[in-house]
Amino acid sequence: MTNRFLRITFLLAGLALLFPVTGSAETPLPTIHEPEGEGVKCVEPEDVMRRNHMNFILHQRDETMHEGIRTSKYSFAECINCHVEPDENGNIAGVDTKDHFCNGCHEYAAVTIDCFECHADRPQKFIDRGGKSASLQDELHQTLAADEDMGGELK
Amino acid sequence: MSDSVNHSRRSFLEKSAVVGAITIAPGILLHQVANAKPDDQAVSDSVRWGMLINTNNCEQGCTDCIDACNTEHGLVGNDRPKSDTQYIRKVTLRDKMTGHELSLPLMCQHCETAPCVDVCPTGASFKRKDGIALVDKHICIGCRYCMMACPFKARSFVHEEVKNQTLSAPRGKGTVESCTMCVHRVDKDQIPACVEACGKGKHDAMMFGDLNDPNSTISKELEKHGGKQIRADLQLNTAVRYQGL
Ligand code: SF4
Ligand code: SF4
Repeated sequence: MTNRFLRITFLLAGLALLFPVTGSAETPLPTIHEPEGEGVKCVEPEDVMRRNHMNFILHQRDETMHEGIRTSKYSFAECINCHVEPDENGNIAGVDTKDHFCNGCHEYAAVTIDCFECHADRPQKFIDRGGKSASLQDELHQTLAADEDMGGELK
Repeated sequence: MSDSVNHSRRSFLEKSAVVGAITIAPGILLHQVANAKPDDQAVSDSVRWGMLINTNNCEQGCTDCIDACNTEHGLVGNDRPKSDTQYIRKVTLRDKMTGHELSLPLMCQHCETAPCVDVCPTGASFKRKDGIALVDKHICIGCRYCMMACPFKARSFVHEEVKNQTLSAPRGKGTVESCTMCVHRVDKDQIPACVEACGKGKHDAMMFGDLNDPNSTISKELEKHGGKQIRADLQLNTAVRYQGL
């Protein structure tokens, strides 16, 4: 009985945290960026996504990686494409800031994820790959010129 | 000839079909005919993707394939060429007797019996059913066994933090990576970036296609003119074959 009571209390507390109704919360609630455009809907209702987005992404991850299934519904890239948009000045908030859709909530909930160690935190068109690859090319040209090892080995 | 390709590839292809010419970007042709996997369908072993490289057409000093690969996968260096990631390397072979030199791109050979998969302790190195060898970086612990096991030095370890990855090629510190045969493109019915770049550069040294389909351009070409495996003695049945070695 106590257990149940506790659980309900926690649940209510949790809900109160998730929905910014009171306006008097001490820790500022994360701002959720709603994708722009009329009638734009997430692939599942909001409450389902809040609880289960990690499972959807994990499932899709294995299917894509190992079986080449590339449907867009639970695609991580599609989350990013929809939810990460530039502000009025055309700037994208990186995943290390509170304004990033994913990080806003994760930081609030003290969840640390690894996704963005590897994955891009913004849509492709906003990815700035800078001038570095040119220097890589030069390096490669140089290494190619210098690298005799492989030739000997293969011959 | 290039004009006819640009202006009306279809009519060119029709003509070439009559003449039987197969030199211009055969991978493109082949692929569009052979494979259109719906997004929700898993890959199957009915196809085995492979490449055929004609070293006679491969220009020494040309790095079109490498450049395209770097752009496609967002590979950037840290000014440390010995450890920076490379999916493709241009290798020059020199016959000591005759002095004849030839140049070829060397990347993961997508071995059928892949040593990298054999040694991987976590299952991160794996083969897709269609023959493409990959690293599941979600699982990879960075032990680098596979790098030691690969006879082609095809794999690289990511030593440093990566920023600005491309959306379709996630990569990060602490994992091993190698040529993916542009799996993200292949699944979308496109050919690998290197093959495309080589064709666009009018070198036509690279061909991509289904080795399991006897009617594919690559299979026909292999049947007609052959294609060698590098280190065939290891019996890995590699999916990347070379002509003119
Ligand atoms: S070439 Fe190396 S990395 Fe590629 S499948 Fe063979 S052993 Fe593995
Ligand atoms: S480095 Fe990663 S992919 Fe390679 S053997 Fe170790 S766990 Fe497997």
